[in-house]
Amino acid sequence: MQEGAPDPGLYDYAPYRARPKLAWPEGKTCAVWVAPNLEYYEIDPPANPQRKPWSKAHPDVVGYSYRDHSNRVSHWRMADVMSRHGFPGSVSLSVALCDHHPEVVADGAERGWEFFSHGIYNTRYSYGMSEAQERAIIEDSIATVGRATGQRIRGWLAPALTHTPRTLDLLAEYGFTYTCDLYHDDQVQEVKVATKGGGGELASIPYSLEVNDHYGFNVYGMSGREYADCLIQQYERLAEEGERTGSGTVMCIPLHAYLIGQPHRIGPFEDALAHIAADPRCWKARAGEIVDHWRAAQ
Amino acid sequence: MSLPDNYTTYPHRREGYDHEFYDWSNMHERASVTWPEGKSVAVWLCVSLEWFPITPEDTPFRAPGHMVTPYPDYRHYTVRDYGNRVGVWRMLEAFKAAGVKASFATNAAVAERYPELIEAVLADGHEIIAHSTDMNGTITSDLPEAQERALISDSLTRLEAASGVKPNGWYSIARSQSWCTADLIAEHGLTYTCDWVNDELPYRFRNGLINLPLNTELSDRMIIATQQHSAQGWAQMMRDAFDWLAAEAKGTAYTKGGGRMLPIHLTPYIIGQPYRVSALEDLLADLANQAEAWIAPGAEIVAEWEAQQ
Repeated sequence: MQEGAPDPGLYDYAPYRARPKLAWPEGKTCAVWVAPNLEYYEIDPPANPQRKPWSKAHPDVVGYSYRDHSNRVSHWRMADVMSRHGFPGSVSLSVALCDHHPEVVADGAERGWEFFSHGIYNTRYSYGMSEAQERAIIEDSIATVGRATGQRIRGWLAPALTHTPRTLDLLAEYGFTYTCDLYHDDQVQEVKVATKGGGGELASIPYSLEVNDHYGFNVYGMSGREYADCLIQQYERLAEEGERTGSGTVMCIPLHAYLIGQPHRIGPFEDALAHIAADPRCWKARAGEIVDHWRAAQ
Repeated sequence: MSLPDNYTTYPHRREGYDHEFYDWSNMHERASVTWPEGKSVAVWLCVSLEWFPITPEDTPFRAPGHMVTPYPDYRHYTVRDYGNRVGVWRMLEAFKAAGVKASFATNAAVAERYPELIEAVLADGHEIIAHSTDMNGTITSDLPEAQERALISDSLTRLEAASGVKPNGWYSIARSQSWCTADLIAEHGLTYTCDWVNDELPYRFRNGLINLPLNTELSDRMIIATQQHSAQGWAQMMRDAFDWLAAEAKGTAYTKGGGRMLPIHLTPYIIGQPYRVSALEDLLADLANQAEAWIAPGAEIVAEWEAQQ
């Protein structure tokens, strides 16, 4: 990015009207990817001067145990619903989860899910990191996920959405192919990166804050049924636009098991997923497949 | 602003948790629990009985639901007290009509100030859970250990003196504990706490204490007061939760199944309003008619679970 400039220079403006044609495999018009966030929040993380991990003195029992619900109860509910309707996960992973609860990571790997990094912990923020520290978390992420799953990670969603001006350039330098940190579009877009070695490329894949379960439940205060309706509306519109314009769209469903896997929400969520899965315009894809398909068409 | 070098070192990165309170396990792989008479879903009704002094305290923090306006905040003081004077009596009638027993998490000050209410709660066979002194009795690690021990002792002594009951359970205000709370409440002879919301069945801490998770999402405070749904919307969510849990209890691809638990956390000044209470009455009538439902106070659920470990 252009550090300090009013426009960070992340991408060129591209009007939504008259976009280039982009056909998804088998004539599908909307690529749908499901992004479970498999996270670990530390109970007693160190301070970062620019963001406080917990609002209370440690331990924040509700904050910590609310999220721990994922790793004891709700991960398997969410994962099973996804598998039943044929959706693989593309996992936003606090990579230290590989060390703390390898059983959860192994469950995703056995289901054929793709993993990308969401930092080491969701309680360690990138704000203020030196280049050496930022390289350390990238290299740690690559090594840790490689050890746990055999996968070489290709994507990044910054820990707790905290960045530095150099994050995207470093990702390209390390051979990452996509970032989930930019919310400017409903289609895959090129990100402008400057790499030390030169020649790096990085794509922005649409993730979503608006239809993220965290926003649905903890920002907008929706019921499980209302959230399920939102997912269907979002999908129907994007699939219709992709069909009408011939330029395939992308819908991401970002999830947190401790939210979507609550017993009063998982049933309506399953109904929404079944609706989307049954639609012939839907390409059930992993993040890497979407980015590869787009890149090949450029 | 740069960060110290050790910001990217992780002394507690290891298998299991980064703390010593309890061990990890996957609920779906544990030995199954069975509830009495072959029921599969334990429904735990837990009512908070709270007294908010009109002189709020902010150390260690101000309790949710506490005073808002400059002193004297008649509005919030009286709205909260409405629950103790009117709302909870409607709820007692509703429980009696449905033939169900609940837990009442009770500030010691409520037991002292409103003996008629405690007498009615006990006469109907409900359970009393300890719930601090009054709504100024909050806990975090900012509270010195000696003061926390005194707060817990004072809560239990006063609650027992006023009600004649020695509680088994402890529920902290806003579920907020310090590093010491789990040990302090075990030290005071309590069997269980309701503060950790990470599970859907009871489980044991390393110090012997049992945690009976009181789901923060499934409360009238969260759904009606915070997320601003109607009482009917709240009841629909409880029915959706019950249906999922009853199906899960039978065992599926991801779970061995076995007994499940639906905690329903109720607040008299919220659900006890005239325009809302019928949603509770209808829900209780429905649940009481479900073949899978075992509606029981927390202490009975804990005892049943403990006997099967």
